[in-house]
Amino acid sequence: MLNGEMGEGVQKAMEIIVALGKIYNAKELIKVESAHISGVSYKNLGDEGLEFLEEFASMGVKTIVEATLNPAGMDMESWEELGFSREFAEKQTRIVKAYERMGVKATCTCTPYLIGNKPKFGQHIAWSESSAIIYANSILGARTNRESGISALASAITGRTAKYGLHLDENRLADYIVKVKCDVKGVSDFGALGYLIGKIVGDKVPYITGIKIADLDELKALGASMAASGAVGLFHMENITPETKIKKMIKDHAEEIEIENLKEAYETLNYDIREIDVVSIGCPHASIEEIRKVAYMIKGRKVKSQLWITTSRRIYDEAKRQGLLEIINEAGGKVIRDTCIVVAPIEELGFKTLATNSAKMATLSPSHSKVKVRFGSLEDCIKAALSGVWNDN
Amino acid sequence: MIIKGRIIKEGEAEGEALVSTKPIAFLGGINPKTGIVIERGHPLEGESVSGKILVFPHGKGSTVGTYIIYRMKKLNTAPAAIINEYCEPIVAVGAIIANIPCVDMVDISKIKSGDFVRVKGDTIYVNE
Repeated sequence: MLNGEMGEGVQKAMEIIVALGKIYNAKELIKVESAHISGVSYKNLGDEGLEFLEEFASMGVKTIVEATLNPAGMDMESWEELGFSREFAEKQTRIVKAYERMGVKATCTCTPYLIGNKPKFGQHIAWSESSAIIYANSILGARTNRESGISALASAITGRTAKYGLHLDENRLADYIVKVKCDVKGVSDFGALGYLIGKIVGDKVPYITGIKIADLDELKALGASMAASGAVGLFHMENITPETKIKKMIKDHAEEIEIENLKEAYETLNYDIREIDVVSIGCPHASIEEIRKVAYMIKGRKVKSQLWITTSRRIYDEAKRQGLLEIINEAGGKVIRDTCIVVAPIEELGFKTLATNSAKMATLSPSHSKVKVRFGSLEDCIKAALSGVWNDN
Repeated sequence: MIIKGRIIKEGEAEGEALVSTKPIAFLGGINPKTGIVIERGHPLEGESVSGKILVFPHGKGSTVGTYIIYRMKKLNTAPAAIINEYCEPIVAVGAIIANIPCVDMVDISKIKSGDFVRVKGDTIYVNE
């Protein structure tokens, strides 16, 4: 592959894998079973990225392992009625088409593990998208480094990655023991906890104790915010995440920290705003359970602010089949596919204030989308959607 | 002077050295249309990297920087070669997709702006 016998594109992909191996002192390359590729939104890639992807696709490269795609900058079908410009839509479509020509499935979701790209325990994979990486490592027990979109694409094309970092047993042991001393309940609390842990541990591995029960949506939120406020690629949670059930996953001299409450996270992530333009649920992309919860809460009522529930195409179809879409639409809410408020050009849509139950979104949106944010529980967010204002309790 | 480094992207190039003691962000730090460093307060602010042997400790900033390097190559504003102390993935992948020779593991304090530098594989010839 490196000598160009399989074409220039494959050669470049292999050069990328080998160069990363050198940089991180990998001893060998290993096979990967799956790839997940970020770097899709035209808002982030710009013309530079679009140009590269089209040329790379023209070299005839093809993925040789299961490869899924991260969210785009818009709903690939209903962009016009949501107010995206034609120019943006045209360029966004070209980006997704270029990936499809390379054999990447245009799943346009940050939760590939909810729609079939679900690696098994111990499998080596090459994923980008920080929230999906931490989910795959921590909750599924698969092994990936925090790849960039382009290195994950190179792995999809070569079927290889360099063996370093989180592919190695010794690097999966925790550097910190995080003792949680307070109640943690619901997606927003878990997100707040992740925010605090990420700030403290940076790119290290935390081992969390003191949580007795957590559902998959809560763990999804926890990991996503930890990977956004820090650069965490893997966490362990005692008796909950799979590797902790097999062996001791803590380094000998791990540092201990205690979390007494989540106040600091809620205070830091909340701006002093009352009027809410849009309430955003689904960062990472909503599961069918999360959509069902929203549907029950707003059934037969009307929202005053906009309500966006962002999810994957597959989960959208499932919500439609279960009649949840109809309930949400009747209440004036929108279920939006393929994108989310972090990667969509929401400045163009005129949103200035936002409420969310996602700590990740609350962390990123003020700088990334120039909006002011309210961060709270799903119940608080839905109340805000129904009244159009955020009420502090 | 001859310095040996480590190949990140194999190739050959020569030109005038432009040396930065500080890391470089390609997204937001350089205008890809002109090749001029625009980061405020950066030691190379206002200088053009086009056609230079660009010497700096390592990259920094957004991973979109990779695509900026590629864009600069297309617009003929890219450096002729890149020499780093240690190369990180943004610059490494950018150099590879843009076909810009790139060498790292180099003591960059040995090279001064204005030196005539030739890069060939892992070997750097300074004023030779």
